[in-house]
Amino acid sequence: MIEISNLSKSFTLHNQGSAVIPVMAGAALSVARGECVGLVGQSGAGKSTLMRMVYGNYLAAGGSILVDGLDVVTAQPREIVALRRATLGYVSQFLRVVPRVPTIEVVAEPLLVLGVPPDEARARAASLLARLNIPERLWSLSPTTFSGGEQQRVNIARGFAHGYPALLLDEPTASLDAANREVVLSLIEEAKARGAAILGIFHDEAARERVCDRLVDVTAFTPARAA
Amino acid sequence: MGAGELGIFGKMMPQPLLSVHGLTKRYGARIGCADVSFDLWPGEVLGIVGESGSGKSTLLSCLAGHQRPDLGRIAYDGADVLTLSEAERRRLLRSDWAYVHQNPRDGLRMGVSAGGNVGERLMAVGARNYGAIRDTATDWLGRVEIAAERIDDRPSAFSGGMQQRLQIARNLVTGPRLVFMDEPTGGLDVSVQARLLDLLRGLVRDLGLSVVIVTHDLAVVRLLADRLMVMKSGRVVETGLTDQVLDDPQHAYTQLLVSSVLQV
Repeated sequence: MIEISNLSKSFTLHNQGSAVIPVMAGAALSVARGECVGLVGQSGAGKSTLMRMVYGNYLAAGGSILVDGLDVVTAQPREIVALRRATLGYVSQFLRVVPRVPTIEVVAEPLLVLGVPPDEARARAASLLARLNIPERLWSLSPTTFSGGEQQRVNIARGFAHGYPALLLDEPTASLDAANREVVLSLIEEAKARGAAILGIFHDEAARERVCDRLVDVTAFTPARAA
Repeated sequence: MGAGELGIFGKMMPQPLLSVHGLTKRYGARIGCADVSFDLWPGEVLGIVGESGSGKSTLLSCLAGHQRPDLGRIAYDGADVLTLSEAERRRLLRSDWAYVHQNPRDGLRMGVSAGGNVGERLMAVGARNYGAIRDTATDWLGRVEIAAERIDDRPSAFSGGMQQRLQIARNLVTGPRLVFMDEPTGGLDVSVQARLLDLLRGLVRDLGLSVVIVTHDLAVVRLLADRLMVMKSGRVVETGLTDQVLDDPQHAYTQLLVSSVLQV
């Protein structure tokens, strides 16, 4: 489902003496349907950079990233937009929403974009919010005023609203209490069971043990840096 | 969903809605915009960003037919826009296209009631039944969150945010497929901007609109646009998926632009 080969990335800082910083070279991995692959490696090794490239958020310098047959590295923006709508979900660590939009709408939006009838989309959103223990009285409020943990759970609800065939998870259990962590891990297991290919970053070792089928150490993809 | 991707015969359209090639506009020796090319696909929102004087407004006014470019081609739904007869061009501007001005006073008739502002555009495309026009106008005021009892008030009695929402209703009532927006949230308070952004997002999604939006506000395009074009000195210096251009800008100017935004 996700097939990465010979992927490389560098940043060119034009306004800082045009410094070129190579951050990744020769990255390769694949994720099959129903499989969860965890990215490991110390902070700064490029785990998030790799995830962002798969999502099309960072531009790759070379190589290929096939997601459901589409090469994200060379795809047109509108193809990536379509891929993100229907196929590839991403739960980042940060919630970015239009201020004042009610939480229930934020969670239902990925379904509304796909043309799911509003009642059905909101019902699905409500069941996820309830499962993630967001009190119903908060559903009509904007999540921008919520605590970090609540925002994280809204983000997860949004990411799991549509049954994406491929999912990217960046620290989905960070800042969650035990009960909510358990809910998120079950959601991940259910997604795997329905055949989703998942690529994730989990600092929580027990969580990693439980949901990941394999680990990939991104340190192997870090180019040697000139001192 | 998908309505925006259907052509007039209900078939999938394998072609862009708007196709622009080598568009150039000069003011004497000065460049307005130079050699701009892009395709806009059905249902796609294209953001054009850049500082004042970057040529983004010149480009928009050439696209929307307010100014004639010196060079280049514009094809809409396969037809060459620049060689249309005046009558055909006017019909396009009244029905299929819409233009949302930064200042609602430029897009509204301030001496005419709110309902009249919306109804007028319907009449321009042939609606004649007073009751039906008033019903449609009331419906559209509701969609842009203006209370039905304000239908007979003039826009001069409205707040800036309400005026802008009324301008949007006036523009969208005829069911256009392509909407041009020039700094639509420009003159508004931040709290009003958020509401307008939410409204625009919903309308674009539900109606499957194709949109070209010009703004200097990167936060606005992040929330509204699928794709970005960054302009500097009349030329396009970078294009790409909106979040990719903002989070991983490649061109020196875009890097400067993105890193210059104040964090709150």
